Amino acid sequence: MASFETDGAGPYDAGPTGTGPTDTGLLAPDPREDAVLATLHSRLAAGAEFAGLLDVAYTVIDSPVGRLILAATDAGLVRVAFECEGVDTVLQDLSTRISPRILEAPERLARPAAQLGEYFDGTRRSFDLDLDLRLTAGYRRTVVQTLQKIGYGHTSTYAGIAALTGNPGAVRAVGTACGRNPLPLVIPCHRVLRSDGTTGGYRGGPAAKKILLDLEAAA
Amino acid sequence: MKPFEQIVREHGPAVLRVCRAVVGPDQAEDAWSETFLAALGAYPDLPEGANVQAWLVTIAKRKAVDQHRSAARNPVPVDEIPEPVRAPQADTDGLWSALKTLPVRQREALAYHHLAGLPYAEVARLLGGSEAACRRSAADGIKKLRTLYEEDRHGIL
Repeated sequence: MASFETDGAGPYDAGPTGTGPTDTGLLAPDPREDAVLATLHSRLAAGAEFAGLLDVAYTVIDSPVGRLILAATDAGLVRVAFECEGVDTVLQDLSTRISPRILEAPERLARPAAQLGEYFDGTRRSFDLDLDLRLTAGYRRTVVQTLQKIGYGHTSTYAGIAALTGNPGAVRAVGTACGRNPLPLVIPCHRVLRSDGTTGGYRGGPAAKKILLDLEAAA
Repeated sequence: MKPFEQIVREHGPAVLRVCRAVVGPDQAEDAWSETFLAALGAYPDLPEGANVQAWLVTIAKRKAVDQHRSAARNPVPVDEIPEPVRAPQADTDGLWSALKTLPVRQREALAYHHLAGLPYAEVARLLGGSEAACRRSAADGIKKLRTLYEEDRHGIL
Protein backbone atom coordinates (compact mmCIF):
# COMPACT_ATOMS: atom_id res chain seq x y z
CA MET A 1 0.00 0.00 0.00
CA ALA A 2 1.38 3.36 -0.98
CA SER A 3 1.73 5.75 1.88
CA PHE A 4 -0.37 8.84 1.45
CA GLU A 5 1.30 11.00 4.01
CA THR A 6 1.14 14.52 2.74
CA ASP A 7 4.80 15.39 2.55
CA GLY A 8 6.08 17.47 -0.31
CA ALA A 9 4.03 18.86 -3.12
CA GLY A 10 0.71 17.44 -2.08
CA PRO A 11 -1.41 14.36 -2.27
CA TYR A 12 -1.15 13.86 -5.99
CA ASP A 13 2.60 13.93 -6.46
CA ALA A 14 3.00 10.20 -6.24
CA GLY A 15 3.22 9.84 -10.01
CA PRO A 16 1.08 7.78 -12.33
CA THR A 17 -1.16 5.20 -10.83
CA GLY A 18 -0.41 2.44 -13.26
CA THR A 19 -3.74 0.74 -13.48
CA GLY A 20 -4.10 -0.26 -17.08
CA PRO A 21 -2.53 -3.25 -18.71
CA THR A 22 -0.91 -0.96 -21.30
CA ASP A 23 0.25 1.99 -19.24
CA THR A 24 1.80 4.06 -22.03
CA GLY A 25 0.70 6.68 -24.50
CA LEU A 26 -3.02 7.05 -24.05
CA LEU A 27 -2.60 6.17 -20.41
CA ALA A 28 0.37 8.40 -19.71
CA PRO A 29 -0.41 10.90 -16.96
CA ASP A 30 -1.47 14.32 -18.13
CA PRO A 31 0.78 16.89 -16.43
CA ARG A 32 -2.30 19.02 -15.74
CA GLU A 33 -4.04 16.11 -14.11
CA ASP A 34 -2.56 16.74 -10.63
CA ALA A 35 -3.96 20.28 -10.54
CA VAL A 36 -7.34 19.13 -11.82
CA LEU A 37 -7.48 16.36 -9.22
CA ALA A 38 -6.54 18.76 -6.42
CA THR A 39 -9.41 21.05 -7.45
CA LEU A 40 -11.78 18.10 -7.73
CA HIS A 41 -10.74 16.91 -4.27
CA SER A 42 -11.62 20.29 -2.73
CA ARG A 43 -14.92 20.26 -4.59
CA LEU A 44 -15.64 16.76 -3.30
CA ALA A 45 -14.86 17.76 0.29
CA ALA A 46 -17.16 20.79 0.03
CA GLY A 47 -19.92 18.72 -1.60
CA ALA A 48 -19.58 16.01 1.05
CA GLU A 49 -19.81 18.59 3.84
CA PHE A 50 -22.88 20.15 2.22
CA ALA A 51 -24.55 16.75 1.74
CA GLY A 52 -23.84 15.73 5.34
CA LEU A 53 -21.66 12.82 4.17
CA LEU A 54 -18.38 13.94 5.72
CA ASP A 55 -18.23 12.03 9.01
CA VAL A 56 -14.60 12.91 9.72
CA ALA A 57 -12.68 15.86 8.27
CA TYR A 58 -8.94 16.12 8.78
CA THR A 59 -5.99 18.31 8.01
CA VAL A 60 -2.26 18.28 8.70
CA ILE A 61 -0.59 21.41 10.09
CA ASP A 62 2.97 22.36 11.01
CA SER A 63 3.93 23.08 14.61
CA PRO A 64 7.05 23.41 16.79
CA VAL A 65 6.44 19.82 17.96
CA GLY A 66 6.28 18.46 14.42
CA ARG A 67 3.36 18.12 12.09
CA LEU A 68 -0.02 17.58 13.72
CA ILE A 69 -3.03 15.74 12.38
CA LEU A 70 -6.31 17.41 13.36
CA ALA A 71 -9.60 15.58 12.88
CA ALA A 72 -13.16 16.71 13.56
CA THR A 73 -16.62 15.23 13.41
CA ASP A 74 -19.64 17.49 13.06
CA ALA A 75 -19.71 17.56 16.89
CA GLY A 76 -16.23 19.04 17.21
CA LEU A 77 -12.53 18.31 17.35
CA VAL A 78 -12.19 14.58 17.89
CA ARG A 79 -8.48 13.85 17.51
CA VAL A 80 -5.15 15.62 17.67
CA ALA A 81 -2.27 13.35 16.68
CA PHE A 82 1.46 13.74 16.37
CA GLU A 83 3.24 12.92 13.15
CA CYS A 84 5.19 10.22 14.99
CA GLU A 85 1.93 8.30 15.39
CA GLY A 86 1.80 7.98 11.58
CA VAL A 87 -0.79 9.73 9.41
CA ASP A 88 -1.92 6.45 7.81
CA THR A 89 -2.25 4.73 11.19
CA VAL A 90 -4.24 7.59 12.70
CA LEU A 91 -6.64 7.79 9.74
CA GLN A 92 -7.12 4.03 9.70
CA ASP A 93 -7.93 4.13 13.41
CA LEU A 94 -10.48 6.93 12.87
CA SER A 95 -11.97 4.95 9.99
CA THR A 96 -12.40 1.90 12.21
CA ARG A 97 -13.61 3.68 15.33
CA ILE A 98 -15.78 6.45 13.86
CA SER A 99 -16.48 6.10 10.13
CA PRO A 100 -14.60 5.43 6.87
CA ARG A 101 -16.20 8.58 5.42
CA ILE A 102 -13.01 10.56 5.96
CA LEU A 103 -11.65 13.28 3.71
CA GLU A 104 -8.94 15.87 3.98
CA ALA A 105 -11.07 19.00 4.44
CA PRO A 106 -9.11 21.81 6.10
CA GLU A 107 -12.13 24.16 6.24
CA ARG A 108 -13.71 22.28 9.15
CA LEU A 109 -10.41 22.49 11.06
CA ALA A 110 -9.81 26.20 10.46
CA ARG A 111 -10.70 27.24 14.02
CA PRO A 112 -8.68 24.58 15.89
CA ALA A 113 -5.74 25.16 13.53
CA ALA A 114 -5.84 28.93 14.17
CA GLN A 115 -6.09 28.49 17.95
CA LEU A 116 -3.19 26.03 18.02
CA GLY A 117 -1.15 28.53 16.00
CA GLU A 118 -1.91 31.19 18.61
CA TYR A 119 -1.02 28.77 21.40
CA PHE A 120 2.38 28.08 19.87
CA ASP A 121 2.91 31.82 19.33
CA GLY A 122 2.35 32.29 23.07
CA THR A 123 -0.73 34.47 22.55
CA ARG A 124 -3.35 31.89 23.58
CA ARG A 125 -3.61 30.34 27.04
CA SER A 126 -6.82 28.35 26.72
CA PHE A 127 -8.77 26.83 23.86
CA ASP A 128 -12.32 27.75 22.98
CA LEU A 129 -13.41 24.81 20.82
CA ASP A 130 -16.18 22.25 20.53
CA LEU A 131 -14.65 18.92 21.56
CA ASP A 132 -15.96 15.48 20.66
CA LEU A 133 -14.77 13.08 23.38
CA ARG A 134 -16.22 9.92 21.81
CA LEU A 135 -12.78 8.31 21.51
CA THR A 136 -12.40 8.11 25.27
CA ALA A 137 -14.73 6.44 27.75
CA GLY A 138 -15.05 5.29 31.33
CA TYR A 139 -12.38 6.23 33.82
CA ARG A 140 -10.07 7.49 31.07
CA ARG A 141 -12.72 9.98 30.08
CA THR A 142 -13.00 11.15 33.69
CA VAL A 143 -9.22 11.66 33.73
CA VAL A 144 -9.27 13.52 30.41
CA GLN A 145 -11.98 15.84 31.71
CA THR A 146 -10.05 16.40 34.95
CA LEU A 147 -6.91 17.35 32.96
CA GLN A 148 -8.78 20.37 31.62
CA LYS A 149 -8.63 21.87 35.13
CA ILE A 150 -4.83 22.25 35.04
CA GLY A 151 -4.25 25.85 34.04
CA TYR A 152 -1.76 27.15 31.51
CA GLY A 153 1.78 27.23 32.91
CA HIS A 154 0.81 25.00 35.84
CA THR A 155 1.60 21.34 36.30
CA SER A 156 0.20 18.42 38.27
CA THR A 157 1.29 14.85 38.88
CA TYR A 158 -0.21 11.50 37.98
CA ALA A 159 -0.88 10.96 41.71
CA GLY A 160 -2.41 14.44 41.99
CA ILE A 161 -4.84 13.75 39.11
CA ALA A 162 -5.71 10.35 40.58
CA ALA A 163 -6.60 12.09 43.86
CA LEU A 164 -8.66 14.73 42.00
CA THR A 165 -10.73 11.99 40.36
CA GLY A 166 -11.48 10.62 43.83
CA ASN A 167 -9.48 7.50 43.09
CA PRO A 168 -6.03 8.09 44.67
CA GLY A 169 -4.89 4.52 43.99
CA ALA A 170 -5.35 4.86 40.22
CA VAL A 171 -1.98 6.45 39.46
CA ARG A 172 -1.10 3.92 36.77
CA ALA A 173 -4.54 4.24 35.18
CA VAL A 174 -4.08 8.01 35.07
CA GLY A 175 -0.77 7.45 33.26
CA THR A 176 -2.51 5.25 30.70
CA ALA A 177 -5.36 7.74 30.28
CA CYS A 178 -2.87 10.56 29.63
CA GLY A 179 -0.99 8.38 27.15
CA ARG A 180 -4.23 7.65 25.28
CA ASN A 181 -5.61 11.20 25.46
CA PRO A 182 -7.27 11.63 22.03
CA LEU A 183 -6.84 15.42 22.17
CA PRO A 184 -3.32 16.20 23.37
CA LEU A 185 -2.34 19.90 23.49
CA VAL A 186 -5.99 20.97 23.62
CA ILE A 187 -6.52 18.76 26.66
CA PRO A 188 -3.23 19.44 28.45
CA CYS A 189 -1.85 16.03 29.41
CA HIS A 190 1.62 17.54 28.93
CA ARG A 191 1.08 19.38 32.24
CA VAL A 192 1.11 16.10 34.17
CA LEU A 193 4.53 15.16 35.56
CA ARG A 194 5.85 12.31 37.63
CA SER A 195 5.90 12.74 41.42
CA ASP A 196 9.73 12.71 41.39
CA GLY A 197 9.65 15.84 39.24
CA THR A 198 10.80 14.17 36.01
CA THR A 199 8.79 14.80 32.88
CA GLY A 200 7.41 11.33 32.27
CA GLY A 201 6.15 9.92 28.99
CA TYR A 202 4.22 11.67 26.26
CA ARG A 203 2.32 10.58 23.18
CA GLY A 204 4.30 13.03 21.06
CA GLY A 205 7.62 11.98 22.63
CA PRO A 206 9.42 13.39 25.69
CA ALA A 207 11.11 16.11 23.62
CA ALA A 208 7.71 17.50 22.56
CA LYS A 209 6.53 17.50 26.17
CA LYS A 210 9.60 19.51 27.19
CA ILE A 211 9.04 22.03 24.37
CA LEU A 212 5.46 22.60 25.57
CA LEU A 213 6.45 22.95 29.24
CA ASP A 214 9.21 25.39 28.30
CA LEU A 215 6.81 27.35 26.09
CA GLU A 216 4.31 27.74 28.92
CA ALA A 217 7.00 28.50 31.52
CA ALA A 218 8.40 31.31 29.35
CA ALA A 219 5.06 33.01 28.87
CA MET B 1 -12.15 -0.26 5.97
CA LYS B 2 -9.70 2.08 4.34
CA PRO B 3 -10.37 5.78 4.94
CA PHE B 4 -12.25 7.15 1.92
CA GLU B 5 -9.47 9.72 1.43
CA GLN B 6 -7.21 6.84 0.47
CA ILE B 7 -9.78 5.57 -2.06
CA VAL B 8 -9.89 9.01 -3.70
CA ARG B 9 -6.11 9.20 -3.92
CA GLU B 10 -5.66 5.69 -5.24
CA HIS B 11 -8.45 5.69 -7.80
CA GLY B 12 -9.15 9.38 -8.52
CA PRO B 13 -6.72 9.63 -11.46
CA ALA B 14 -7.98 6.49 -13.24
CA VAL B 15 -11.63 7.46 -12.75
CA LEU B 16 -10.91 10.92 -14.18
CA ARG B 17 -9.39 9.39 -17.31
CA VAL B 18 -12.35 7.05 -17.68
CA CYS B 19 -14.77 9.97 -17.34
CA ARG B 20 -12.83 11.97 -19.92
CA ALA B 21 -12.92 9.09 -22.35
CA VAL B 22 -16.59 8.28 -21.83
CA VAL B 23 -18.29 11.68 -21.48
CA GLY B 24 -15.58 13.94 -22.93
CA PRO B 25 -13.25 16.43 -21.26
CA ASP B 26 -15.91 19.12 -20.74
CA GLN B 27 -18.26 17.03 -18.64
CA ALA B 28 -15.63 14.76 -17.13
CA GLU B 29 -15.11 16.84 -14.00
CA ASP B 30 -18.82 16.89 -13.19
CA ALA B 31 -19.01 13.15 -13.78
CA TRP B 32 -15.99 12.59 -11.51
CA SER B 33 -17.49 14.73 -8.74
CA GLU B 34 -20.86 12.99 -8.92
CA THR B 35 -19.18 9.60 -8.97
CA PHE B 36 -17.08 10.18 -5.86
CA LEU B 37 -19.87 11.90 -3.94
CA ALA B 38 -22.20 8.96 -4.63
CA ALA B 39 -19.37 6.56 -3.76
CA LEU B 40 -18.77 8.35 -0.45
CA GLY B 41 -22.42 7.93 0.44
CA ALA B 42 -22.44 4.21 -0.32
CA TYR B 43 -18.89 3.43 0.85
CA PRO B 44 -19.62 2.13 4.38
CA ASP B 45 -21.87 -0.56 2.86
CA LEU B 46 -19.26 -1.78 0.36
CA PRO B 47 -18.46 -5.41 1.18
CA GLU B 48 -14.99 -6.10 2.53
CA GLY B 49 -12.67 -7.29 -0.22
CA ALA B 50 -14.75 -5.78 -3.05
CA ASN B 51 -12.94 -4.59 -6.18
CA VAL B 52 -13.05 -0.87 -5.43
CA GLN B 53 -11.98 0.27 -8.89
CA ALA B 54 -14.66 -1.84 -10.60
CA TRP B 55 -17.21 -0.48 -8.13
CA LEU B 56 -16.18 3.13 -8.85
CA VAL B 57 -16.27 2.54 -12.61
CA THR B 58 -19.78 1.08 -12.27
CA ILE B 59 -20.91 4.26 -10.50
CA ALA B 60 -19.11 6.40 -13.08
CA LYS B 61 -20.88 4.55 -15.87
CA ARG B 62 -24.25 5.25 -14.27
CA LYS B 63 -23.35 8.93 -13.92
CA ALA B 64 -22.23 9.01 -17.56
CA VAL B 65 -25.56 7.53 -18.65
CA ASP B 66 -27.35 10.23 -16.60
CA GLN B 67 -25.26 12.89 -18.30
CA HIS B 68 -25.94 11.52 -21.78
CA ARG B 69 -29.66 11.55 -20.99
CA SER B 70 -29.71 15.07 -19.60
CA ALA B 71 -27.52 16.31 -22.45
CA ALA B 72 -29.99 14.80 -24.93
CA ARG B 73 -32.91 16.41 -23.10
CA ASN B 74 -31.30 19.81 -22.72
CA PRO B 75 -29.31 20.78 -25.79
CA VAL B 76 -27.02 23.67 -24.88
CA PRO B 77 -27.94 26.79 -26.85
CA VAL B 78 -25.07 28.61 -28.53
CA ASP B 79 -24.85 32.15 -29.87
CA GLU B 80 -22.63 31.28 -32.76
CA ILE B 81 -22.41 28.29 -34.98
CA PRO B 82 -19.50 26.20 -33.78
CA GLU B 83 -16.48 25.84 -35.99
CA PRO B 84 -16.47 22.85 -38.26
CA VAL B 85 -14.91 19.81 -36.70
CA ARG B 86 -11.20 19.69 -37.38
CA ALA B 87 -8.87 16.78 -37.32
CA PRO B 88 -7.83 16.14 -33.72
CA GLN B 89 -4.51 17.57 -32.67
CA ALA B 90 -1.74 15.51 -31.24
CA ASP B 91 -2.28 16.51 -27.62
CA THR B 92 -4.40 15.04 -24.90
CA ASP B 93 -7.34 17.39 -25.53
CA GLY B 94 -7.30 16.18 -29.11
CA LEU B 95 -7.15 12.64 -27.85
CA TRP B 96 -10.24 13.06 -25.69
CA SER B 97 -12.03 14.73 -28.60
CA ALA B 98 -11.01 11.84 -30.83
CA LEU B 99 -12.43 9.40 -28.31
CA LYS B 100 -15.74 11.23 -28.55
CA THR B 101 -15.91 10.42 -32.26
CA LEU B 102 -16.05 6.70 -31.47
CA PRO B 103 -19.34 4.89 -30.98
CA VAL B 104 -20.29 4.89 -27.29
CA ARG B 105 -19.77 1.16 -26.95
CA GLN B 106 -16.25 1.20 -28.37
CA ARG B 107 -15.34 4.22 -26.27
CA GLU B 108 -16.63 2.62 -23.10
CA ALA B 109 -15.05 -0.79 -23.75
CA LEU B 110 -11.73 0.92 -24.43
CA ALA B 111 -11.97 3.13 -21.35
CA TYR B 112 -13.03 0.42 -18.93
CA HIS B 113 -10.37 -2.00 -20.09
CA HIS B 114 -7.41 0.19 -21.02
CA LEU B 115 -7.94 3.14 -18.67
CA ALA B 116 -9.62 1.51 -15.68
CA GLY B 117 -7.71 -1.75 -16.09
CA LEU B 118 -10.80 -3.93 -15.76
CA PRO B 119 -10.63 -7.42 -17.24
CA TYR B 120 -12.94 -8.01 -20.24
CA ALA B 121 -15.20 -10.23 -18.12
CA GLU B 122 -15.85 -7.19 -15.91
CA VAL B 123 -16.28 -4.92 -18.95
CA ALA B 124 -18.86 -7.37 -20.34
CA ARG B 125 -20.75 -7.26 -17.06
CA LEU B 126 -20.83 -3.45 -17.25
CA LEU B 127 -21.77 -3.15 -20.91
CA GLY B 128 -23.78 -6.31 -21.39
CA GLY B 129 -22.94 -8.73 -24.18
CA SER B 130 -20.15 -11.23 -24.36
CA GLU B 131 -16.56 -10.89 -23.28
CA ALA B 132 -15.42 -11.49 -26.86
CA ALA B 133 -17.69 -8.74 -28.17
CA CYS B 134 -16.27 -6.28 -25.63
CA ARG B 135 -12.75 -7.28 -26.58
CA ARG B 136 -13.65 -6.62 -30.22
CA SER B 137 -15.23 -3.24 -29.42
CA ALA B 138 -12.12 -2.11 -27.54
CA ALA B 139 -9.87 -3.35 -30.34
CA ASP B 140 -12.00 -1.58 -32.98
CA GLY B 141 -11.85 1.59 -30.89
CA ILE B 142 -8.08 1.47 -30.61
CA LYS B 143 -7.80 0.77 -34.36
CA LYS B 144 -9.94 3.78 -35.20
CA LEU B 145 -7.92 5.99 -32.87
CA ARG B 146 -4.73 4.82 -34.54
CA THR B 147 -6.19 5.79 -37.92
CA LEU B 148 -7.02 9.24 -36.57
CA TYR B 149 -3.48 9.55 -35.33
CA GLU B 150 -1.81 8.16 -38.42
CA GLU B 151 0.24 11.30 -38.82
CA ASP B 152 1.11 11.49 -35.16
CA ARG B 153 4.77 11.00 -34.32
CA HIS B 154 4.49 11.68 -30.60
CA GLY B 155 3.40 8.18 -29.76
CA ILE B 156 0.20 9.11 -27.99
CA LEU B 157 -1.03 5.64 -28.71
